Amino acid sequence: MEEKKPKFKPNPKLPRQALPVLNAEVRSTSAREVALGFSAEQVGIEAQRCLQCAKPTCVNACPLHIDIKSFIVRMVEGDYQGAHDVISEQSPFPGVCGRVCQHELFCEDACIVGKKWDPVAIGSLERFAADHARLRMKELTAEEPAHPTGKKVALVGSGPASLIAAYDLARKNYRVTVFEALHRLGGVMIYGIPNFRLPREILKEEIARLQHLGVEFVTDFIVGKTATVEDLFEEGYEAVFIGTGAGLPYMMGIPGENLIGVYTANEFLTRINLMEAFDPEADTPVLVGERTIVVGGGNSAMDAARWAKRMGSETIVLYRRGREELKARLEEIEHAEEEGVVFHFLAAPVALYGDENGFVQEVECIRMELGEPDDSGRRSPVPVPGSEFRIKAQTVVAAIGQAPNPTLQKATPELKTKRGKIVIDEWGATSMAGVFAGGDVVRGGSTVILAMKDGRAAAAAIDRALNPQVEVAAEEVTQ
Amino acid sequence: MTRILAKRQLAPEVYLLEVEAPRIQKRWKPGMFIIIRPTDQSERIPLTIVDSSAERQSITMVIQAIGKTTKEAVALPVDGALADLVGPLGEAATMTTGKKVVCMAGGVGVAELLPVAKAFHDAGNHVTALCGARSDNYRILDEELKAGVDRLEWATDDGTFGFHGNVVQLLKSIAGPGDFEEGHVIGPIPMMKAAAEATRDWGLKLHASLNPIMIDGTGMCGGCRVTVGGEVKFACVDGPEFDAHLVDFDELTRRNRAYRDWEAKTMERHACRIGLDVR
Ligand code: FES
Repeated sequence: MEEKKPKFKPNPKLPRQALPVLNAEVRSTSAREVALGFSAEQVGIEAQRCLQCAKPTCVNACPLHIDIKSFIVRMVEGDYQGAHDVISEQSPFPGVCGRVCQHELFCEDACIVGKKWDPVAIGSLERFAADHARLRMKELTAEEPAHPTGKKVALVGSGPASLIAAYDLARKNYRVTVFEALHRLGGVMIYGIPNFRLPREILKEEIARLQHLGVEFVTDFIVGKTATVEDLFEEGYEAVFIGTGAGLPYMMGIPGENLIGVYTANEFLTRINLMEAFDPEADTPVLVGERTIVVGGGNSAMDAARWAKRMGSETIVLYRRGREELKARLEEIEHAEEEGVVFHFLAAPVALYGDENGFVQEVECIRMELGEPDDSGRRSPVPVPGSEFRIKAQTVVAAIGQAPNPTLQKATPELKTKRGKIVIDEWGATSMAGVFAGGDVVRGGSTVILAMKDGRAAAAAIDRALNPQVEVAAEEVTQ
Repeated sequence: MTRILAKRQLAPEVYLLEVEAPRIQKRWKPGMFIIIRPTDQSERIPLTIVDSSAERQSITMVIQAIGKTTKEAVALPVDGALADLVGPLGEAATMTTGKKVVCMAGGVGVAELLPVAKAFHDAGNHVTALCGARSDNYRILDEELKAGVDRLEWATDDGTFGFHGNVVQLLKSIAGPGDFEEGHVIGPIPMMKAAAEATRDWGLKLHASLNPIMIDGTGMCGGCRVTVGGEVKFACVDGPEFDAHLVDFDELTRRNRAYRDWEAKTMERHACRIGLDVR
């Protein structure tokens, strides 16, 4: 896209616009999206706060290198469609990323305005451009879908890593097939992230853009079970990308863990998000009692707690460290608190007790103190002897992290792994010729945006491997 | 979408469904299962693979229509389609050779036993199959079993066919310690538990194929967890088969009842909606 000279005078001193949200009372009983998005007026103000830096640090900080500077100029001019086109050069997922990407850690963290004032609300602007584009999504996908004619590439898993790889490869005329184990597309974005953070239609529409580019999606297909990686090569795929995510939940390893009403965050969220158990008419149930205790301090813990609250349960998040150490996004923590989720810090469960039918009734906890910093740099919790106490609860959710799902690795012994994670080189290539990997199956529990970053890097590596004459541009190389 | 090629009623409430599944028919092994969703609104339910045909590019499953989802499945017409089918899941049944093997099953478990019993037989074992049914007219796949094993005995609860009593009573009436070296049991939990109890001191290696509640079937949710020898296992990926003498069947019984109240309500709602009397 051509460089646009800004025709406006940047004014970083204007107040950073706050994202309007549904009020806490309404949302504590509803699956409706919490964040409502900027008004056009707010967009006008917020976009003007951008300095249009000669060397935009935000663009570099964005894992997808979206041309933030250019899309913001167009936002100032009210050319939202143009802004969406600029974003689309790098990402077909502004609706998803405008909602779930941790802008505060990437573009907004790098924003120069933030050195003196609050950074430009890039995430909310991205989201506005995306929401505006929804109005013409039909038009974007109206013409005949593309029919790529190039080499065949298989992407395993339909989460963020595969989806961005699909976008990059399809645009380079590769014939891309995405294989998904579940019956719906999106990976963690469909089974893990709640509707109230990422409405399903947004995800569906942005995936539809890929279908329109000629990407083929196959659900109910488990690579490693339905077919092996080798089968895929035999069927004419010339490269395989593994983006199967981190789908193996850790258990708490305490007595009573198998009582009824005790869920891993994965199960709890899958029942509600994927199987729609929030809807009382749905066929898949979930047990949410009068009180729910969610164990953990990450984003899944917040998602589970906020669902439990919405389903009428008094909800407590039990975290073994302190508030400072919570791993969840600040925004999620604040939203959870506003909705009435209560936090108990410096406490961990040690045992669960049930009734005679095996339904959980009580959680025995122990208080913690923070000791020396551990490998993660956070102070590690140490139990305080004799400080046990009990809390009644009919639902317990263990949101204590997960390891990569081992299904494909088990069926593919040639793949080198380390503690369950697939080992890759700096290009995203695995130990098996023609096989690449990225996202949580390589990183362990990480984020949507870093998975996308990996997917993009792998797509570039696949392109280089299948078309060796392609020149390598500096920005295509993973740092 | 998975096309239904054939449907046959085997006994009251029990149906055989043959569906098109070219990839699964190629890759499955006895003991493995699939997960289906009959309609786009349905729950995901696991079902053991019973048979396959390379010629028809198909697999066969047997369904006891007792809940909403299973009823929806058997209500689908031939040439209709299941909304989803995924597999093959789980590990294959443990095999051995040159041994005296006992295979036990009750209810629809009899259908699920068939491929495993046949595989034992084909692997060069002497296979005795002990199968249970409520009554004579509930017996299923008698011909197929007879053709596939060395000896087949039936037990019926009401004595209308074969041994009068249950499978475990039948087992105890025909065998004792040392008579069998290896065994496989599949069916209702009380029966599997009783089989494990009865044979604890028989010097018999008994494998039980478990049927916990599942969602994904790929190790992702942990809903299918069972306790085996004091360790937590995920039945969908570590199983479904485990050492019957180490399985905590009481826990499995309780966990499988987790949604019973809820299911009763769903059935009621479902019945009302389609204008049926409940029960
Ligand atoms: S069914 Fe989800 S882990 Fe086994």
